[in-house]
This record gives sequence, C-alpha cells and structure tokens, in this order.
Amino acid sequence: MDLFALAVGNLTSPIILSFALGLFAALARSDLSIPEAVAKGMSIYLLFAIGFKGGVAVDEAGLSGTLLGALLGAVVLSFALPFAAYALLRVMTRLSALDAAAVAAHYGSISIVTFVAGTSVLESAGLSYDGWMVAVAAAMEAPAILSALWLVARSGGGRQMDGELMREILLNGSIVLLIGSFVIGWVTGSEGLARIESFIVSPFQGVLCLFLLDMGLVAGRGLRNARGVLRPGLLTFGVVMPLVGAASGAAAGLILGLGTGSTMLFMVLGASASYIAVPAAMRVALPEANPSVYLTLSLGVTFPFNLTLGLAIYLAVARFLTGG
Amino acid sequence: MQTHPAKRVEIIIEEVMEKRLTSALLGADVTGFTVLPVKGGSGRSGHWSRAGQVGRATGMVSVVCIVRPDRLDTLLEAAFAVVEPHIGVVSVTDCEVLRAERF
Repeated sequence: MDLFALAVGNLTSPIILSFALGLFAALARSDLSIPEAVAKGMSIYLLFAIGFKGGVAVDEAGLSGTLLGALLGAVVLSFALPFAAYALLRVMTRLSALDAAAVAAHYGSISIVTFVAGTSVLESAGLSYDGWMVAVAAAMEAPAILSALWLVARSGGGRQMDGELMREILLNGSIVLLIGSFVIGWVTGSEGLARIESFIVSPFQGVLCLFLLDMGLVAGRGLRNARGVLRPGLLTFGVVMPLVGAASGAAAGLILGLGTGSTMLFMVLGASASYIAVPAAMRVALPEANPSVYLTLSLGVTFPFNLTLGLAIYLAVARFLTGG
Repeated sequence: MQTHPAKRVEIIIEEVMEKRLTSALLGADVTGFTVLPVKGGSGRSGHWSRAGQVGRATGMVSVVCIVRPDRLDTLLEAAFAVVEPHIGVVSVTDCEVLRAERF
C-alpha cells in the first residue's frame, strides 16, 4: 500500500472523522460538548483496555530481552527529545527560554491517545506489534519533565524539583492505570481477557471515536482561543518537531531490531506530545510559562497533524525501513 | 438571632495546586475550608472551560474559608506563599456567622 492510499485510508477511518467532527463543531462555535466526567471516564476505560491487552499479549508471546533495551531506549529518547525541541524553538521562534523549555517538555513526553490511534492503524493494516510497547509508552511519560527543568535551571531560572512534584509525576493516574492494567493483563493472561473481552475489546473502537470527538472539541476550542499565540514559527515547529521525534523513534526501533508494528509505534511515541501529564507538571513547576502556548501547540497542532497525516507517514516509513 | 463578624476568604486557584494550598492552610491551623469545582471562566490568560477536559492543567478550583478576623493575616500569609506565582484570584469579604465558637 503506498503512502497516499495509507493516508486516505487513515483520513476516512471513523476515529479520524470523529476527531474532525469535534474540531469542526468547536471552530463553528457549536454548543456540542462532552461532560468532563464522561471524558475522564472514557480516558480511564481506554487506558485500562490498552494496558490490559498489552499485558495479555506479553503473557501469550513471552518476555524477550528486547523489552529491557526498548525501555532503556524509551527513557533515553524522552530525556533527549526536549533538548532537540528546545534548540529548534530557540532558532525558529521568539519564545523565552522558560516558555521554550516548557514546550520542549511536552515533546519529550507522549500522547497515549496518539499511541492508541497508532495501534488502531496497525490493526487496520493487519500488522502486529509487541504488547510491551504499552510499558515503553509509560516509560516515556516523565523523563522529559526533568530535562525541561534542567534547561530552565541552566538558563538561570533556578527551578528545583521537590519531592511532592516528583511523586505526582511518577505516580500520575495515567502511568499507574496503564502499568497496573498491564500487570493485571499479564498475570491473568488470555483466561482473564476471555472474562472481560466483551467489555474491553468490542466497545474499544466506539469509545475511542467518542474520545477523539472530545479531543477534537477541546483542540478546536483551544485553537479558537489562542489565535494570537500561534505565530508561523510556532506552527512550523508543531509540524517539524513530530517528524524529528519520529525519526528518533525509527532509529531506536532499528537499533533494537523491532518489527514493523513496534518500530511504527516507537515513531508515534517519539512524534507525539503530551497534553495531560506534562501540562499539569508544568503548571506546578513553571507557573510563569504561558500555558496557552504549550497546550495549543501540543493539542491544537501536533495532535491533529499526527492523527491525520503523521500516522500514515510513520507506518509507510516503518514498512520501508523494516521491509514489513 | 445572634450573629458574629467573620472574614470570608475565597481563593480561586489552579486545580494542580489544590493539595498544596490546602496543606498550607492546615499547616497554618486553618482547618475549616470548602473546595468547590469551577466550570470555566475568563481572565488574563484567556477563556477556559472544563468541558471535555481530561487533564488537570486547565482546571481551577475555589477554596473558601471563613475565619475569625484575628486569624485573617495568618491565613493570607500561608495562602500567599502558594498562590503568588500562579493564575488565580484571592478575595476577602466581611461576613456574619452563627455559632462563632466553630471558627
């Protein structure tokens, strides 16, 4: 399948069209909205389901030595990407060192929804991936925050990581739920999956569609309210940085000798930007940084780019590189 | 009905700072407060809404405390240390309460 066909297939999938609907509704000022509690409930469902299914996959396929290498690679990537993002931001935009560091932290961390959408694209293409990529995703949530705080300290900001913030970052709800459900899936295996399959497998795509509808609404509202923030340099960064991250993810996948599916997911993880865990950490650690810059960039620019074009590009490149 | 003068302090602060603020209040012996969710609003950082949000970064909460007038400075000093660099509003109003011994 060529890149064009992949892109068209991706753009006409229910999950992307649901996101587009949300984006359109928000930009058109429709009163369509999803209650906060429902959105949080769907987020918990998706995290639990993806973690559980990853654990079951590991139980079925067994652990390989590659997992440790992949975890190490993920942590290194998450630490390193903020430095690349920071350098690009300082060259391409007029952001202050503080704002640039805050934005950079988002690009070293990950968006689990983009990851889930990536697994959905792989399933549509009939490609498999290692179940433990879920653990790799969890490993990339936090290190980038430390890199960003170091960048701020280096530029004279004098930020210090207190124990409470460290605890909040490492034990944030997404990480605990993802790892916890992964362990439950691993321990209970296919027998456990058979018991709850009707709940976590069949409704998954439908819930993902509704969740992406909500993400589209939130992204659209963010874009509407932050028109003055998005200068051409920032917009360009929001599209270029995911490609840099994806290239780094591809390199990691190739070094580790991963298959096509896992290499594609490593690219997705490298390319995606956090909009849940890192923004909360930045509000605590760097309150002077402008939240509308990093939230609009990660959710309003990079997230839609990855969903609409990025996933197809990453799959095509992963296939080319791994011969899959 | 007998009423007594008191001070009502309302602190609207970022949701991520809620625990830090309430810990600081407890540390200053302000043991009575109420935390309320805030649906949305607008300020110097622009318009925001909780609708559909899954993260805590854009949420705000309102922490309301009612104290005896002589406890006001202690409360404000404790709160200010947490609130100072963050988005939010701190307001103090005069009010009347029943059962003064509870404050």
